[in-house]
Amino acid sequence: MVIVFVFFLFVFPTTTFASDSNAILRVLTLQDYNTRVVLLGTMLLGVTSGIVGTFMLLRRQALIGDVVSHAALPGVAIAFLIGEAFSPGSGRSLHWLLVGAASTGLLAVVCVGIIRRFSVVKPDAALATVLGVFFGFGAVLFKTVQELPSGNQAGLQQFILGSASTMIAADVVMIAKAAAVVLVLSLLLLKELSILSFDEDFAAVQGWPVGLLDLGLTGLVVGITVIGLESVGILMVALLITPPTAARFWTDNFAKMTLVAALIGGASATTGSLLSAMVPKLAGGPTIVLAGTAFFILSMLFGTRRGIVHRWLQQIRNRRRIGRDDLVRAMYEIIEARLSPASDSSTGDSLPDCEIARDDIDPFSRQAVELAELFRHRSWPLRRVKQTVAVAEREGIIRMDSETGWRLTKAGATAARRAVRNHRLWEMYLISQAEIAPSHVDRDADNIEHILGPEIVEQLESLVASRVPRTSVPPSPHPV
Amino acid sequence: MEPETQRPEPAGSDDVHPAWSPLSIHDMTVAYHRQPVLWDIDYDASPGKLIAIVGPNGAGKSTLIKAALNLVPTISGSVAVFGDSYRKQRGRVGYVPQRSSVDWDFPVNALEAVTMGLYRKIGWFRPVRKQHRQLAMKALVRVGMQDYAMRQISQLSGGQQQRVFLARALAQDSDLYLMDEPFAGVDAATERAIVDVLRGLQQDGKTALVVHHDLQTVAEYFDEVILLNLRLIASGPVKEVFTTENLRATYGGKLALLDEVSHRMTMRGES
Repeated sequence: MVIVFVFFLFVFPTTTFASDSNAILRVLTLQDYNTRVVLLGTMLLGVTSGIVGTFMLLRRQALIGDVVSHAALPGVAIAFLIGEAFSPGSGRSLHWLLVGAASTGLLAVVCVGIIRRFSVVKPDAALATVLGVFFGFGAVLFKTVQELPSGNQAGLQQFILGSASTMIAADVVMIAKAAAVVLVLSLLLLKELSILSFDEDFAAVQGWPVGLLDLGLTGLVVGITVIGLESVGILMVALLITPPTAARFWTDNFAKMTLVAALIGGASATTGSLLSAMVPKLAGGPTIVLAGTAFFILSMLFGTRRGIVHRWLQQIRNRRRIGRDDLVRAMYEIIEARLSPASDSSTGDSLPDCEIARDDIDPFSRQAVELAELFRHRSWPLRRVKQTVAVAEREGIIRMDSETGWRLTKAGATAARRAVRNHRLWEMYLISQAEIAPSHVDRDADNIEHILGPEIVEQLESLVASRVPRTSVPPSPHPV
Repeated sequence: MEPETQRPEPAGSDDVHPAWSPLSIHDMTVAYHRQPVLWDIDYDASPGKLIAIVGPNGAGKSTLIKAALNLVPTISGSVAVFGDSYRKQRGRVGYVPQRSSVDWDFPVNALEAVTMGLYRKIGWFRPVRKQHRQLAMKALVRVGMQDYAMRQISQLSGGQQQRVFLARALAQDSDLYLMDEPFAGVDAATERAIVDVLRGLQQDGKTALVVHHDLQTVAEYFDEVILLNLRLIASGPVKEVFTTENLRATYGGKLALLDEVSHRMTMRGES
């Protein structure tokens, strides 16, 4: 698709606005009637394709839009040639050209369906084949049209790159009508289209007319692609796919995803048209698509559900929590060994009232641990120990006792008990249920204890620790 | 996009389909795409029973369910639900597909996924309302998943996803349930939850046909069994049918010729 785009960028230099120093200001303040028309039209187009694109993407039909937009080209050329043959001049009628575009677009979808049904060709190969054949045919026909005396001024090339700037009020009315139909349909059919996209078989068993719904969805895709063809060109497919893909980074909810995709589609289209109106030689369609791509990249980075930055922050937070848990657990184990030096810490800590105990009564808060001890106990790099200690102090989990000694605070002792308890529960589970040697379980539990949520801890309790009271810490099943 | 295929109209309430049977299959043969073939299936399910469908891989267990539900076309034969055509009795049938049949990355949470079981009852164009969400929540409680209602379905474990599928079918409140491998690859907690649900269904007088792969638990979980290997080998109460002899017939290798012809049938028009 990109290659095709670059190719046509050279073949058909686009016509753009002349610009002087005032032009940009005029555009931005929407002083021109023309700018207002173009903006409204492309914005509606973006919103609508964002909605339809969401359904299409979730139905895993993303590439159908690609096929439709490419397959619309021969339709445009054929419609023009037929029109010119019957009455010269009539071939340029927009409606007539769009009828042609819709016909071949639909024909291509039907072809894909037939190939899938009656042959062993894989679905992706079927799409690629049909796209190639139709687009190739379209390119040949366009060349023919260009060589006709009337073909030069026909302005058919705008169907390839799109030219939003030539949009007139009548176009906007048509887009608005289409947008209204799509909006009403998608609001009414939100439930139906979601069950179709999630689980087609289940929908069919419930009695939904799956074939009909699919046909309706394809109809919407063809409709919106054809209507957008004039202003955005064959890159219409990008306007269908990019907004919902970007929207997925922001939400885990079907309805919200549709809304966000509509917003991103509208914003991409508006930004793209404004840019192409301000900067000479920027073609409308590709600029809109590039604006959409910018929104996609922003979403991928900053999306609140799956954005890269969001995940990265979560990782940092996790690592910090793990470091903190490891630290307080190490302190706990050191103190535990001190409190019962003779044994191999097999007595366990049974302080069920530790939650209400006063700070200085809890023996685990009274003991100070030297940095050097920590360093020896876990063989951590000294830098890491110092870093973790600094963070833990800021969080009020430990406090300084002397120059190099640290104490657990009350909150720290609670956190330590929880961490040690989870760690040992998991060890006991590994030993008793998974039959792993006690000498091996410590390392395994090291990585797991941090991801045990409350529900898994509950299950562990019922499985291995029925004799361990809820608030107490069981003894370590192996020498610490 | 799978195109609609011609499906034979199921027969009405004639003699071959007793009205007492929740699912009655008469002389059904299926050969479709790459699905295993089924030959001449004749079967009447007893009402109010838990019935296991057992057989080796590729025996056509899923195909049997899908053909009964009209999801794959049949070559011959007919299917009736409660003595009537499936089309008319659709509301009384609940379906639990294989967990691997859908994309779990779909943007819904567990509660919304279960609510889908009510979509047909809600009807065309109407929005989901509070009372529907409450019904869905009740179904989640029945499978022990109430704490996970708001969790995105991709973040559930395999067993939890399976329980969501089960809850979605329960929300429909059907009289006949067809379940495709609900026990496949689930944890112990899920297995217990599913068994409890099945017992509950039976107490309410409902019928369930369950594709099951674990021969050890057939006698413990189910009342009746269908032994399947491209054809129906035996069916009936576990005590009578689940015998070494029948199992040998089911698992003791496919009939070479039957297998070969079946293969040719699925390849028709594809070479």
